[in-house]
Amino acid sequence: MTDITAWHIWTLLFIIGIGTFLLRLSFIQLFADRQVPAAITRLLRFVPPAALSALILPAIVTQDGGYAFSLFNDRIPAAMIAAIVAVLTRNTLYTICSGMAVLWLYQALL
Amino acid sequence: MSELIENTPKTTGERVGVSDDTATTRASAFWEGVRGISPILLGVFPFALIAGVAQVNAGLEPFTAVAMSVIIFAGAAQLATADLLGKDAPFLIICMTALIINLRFVMYSASLSPHFSGIGRFWKWLSAYLLTDQAYAVSIIRFSRRHISGGKLWFYLGCAIPLWVLWQVGTVIGVVVGLKIPESWSLEFAVPLTFMAIMLPNLRDWAAVAAALTSGIIAVAAFNLPMNVSIIVAAVSGILVGFGLESFLERKAHD
Repeated sequence: MTDITAWHIWTLLFIIGIGTFLLRLSFIQLFADRQVPAAITRLLRFVPPAALSALILPAIVTQDGGYAFSLFNDRIPAAMIAAIVAVLTRNTLYTICSGMAVLWLYQALL
Repeated sequence: MSELIENTPKTTGERVGVSDDTATTRASAFWEGVRGISPILLGVFPFALIAGVAQVNAGLEPFTAVAMSVIIFAGAAQLATADLLGKDAPFLIICMTALIINLRFVMYSASLSPHFSGIGRFWKWLSAYLLTDQAYAVSIIRFSRRHISGGKLWFYLGCAIPLWVLWQVGTVIGVVVGLKIPESWSLEFAVPLTFMAIMLPNLRDWAAVAAALTSGIIAVAAFNLPMNVSIIVAAVSGILVGFGLESFLERKAHD
């Protein structure tokens, strides 16, 4: 975070905040009397898996500006265990705890 | 005109039922909402904590980091914004990334809209500001099952308001704690873990799996693209692939 002034940050936060509010308000008020086109509903259904996946995978297999596909990358086994826990338990807390536990165990062993 | 006549009894019956909409029934609808959301709050708290930690670790002033949770109030977008701020990404890219992640609210807004049709502007704005994945999920399931005496709005607020309070409290604690956690704990890894906990249980069909896989692979392959555009490129590709595969599978099923 270099060369960024406090004003820039506040502007950014308000743009995202207002934009997000308008997305939330969209059909509750702004287009309340309009039917949502079926194609839009179907497209939007894929926003959560696509957006979240784009945030998840790079955080696991990249490091310091490069790829980290190796056994020494402790985040790979941690993510695999956490993925299994997430699917089986559907519980955020258990997923975070199992992933962090494997990560720390791996770090302690290596 | 015929539509109007058809719709009138249904909507008035839901909302205006005279004996049904009193302070007592509203309060009971609100508490029903609180009870509905409470098991989920346990999972939201660590997420809020991590958002606070990530925001302060991205270099935001503690006060700004807390304000971010009030202004944006959307976890995944806040975490992506913090991450991109830390990487010096251009502002336009940060805004676009956050808003693409939040596009899903349009879907929730459309789905809730018929249930909130008769309420005043203030309540619509409040409900919109408080809209989250969790409040939406709990409310829409209940709305579709049975009539709520006291009104859907109050049930919804009973879900949404405790979540908002918890989110702000969690952020404040995260901001305070985040400044003291040593880097060797790798707490930033809790961010992708949180996203996994949200995403994986919801991959219920092949089209959703394809959307996630496409987006994830492209995000990794393109992560060094200039200006951190990789998330936008990956998410849009994933959405289109999921949509395309679903259309293809449906057409095949009809044949």
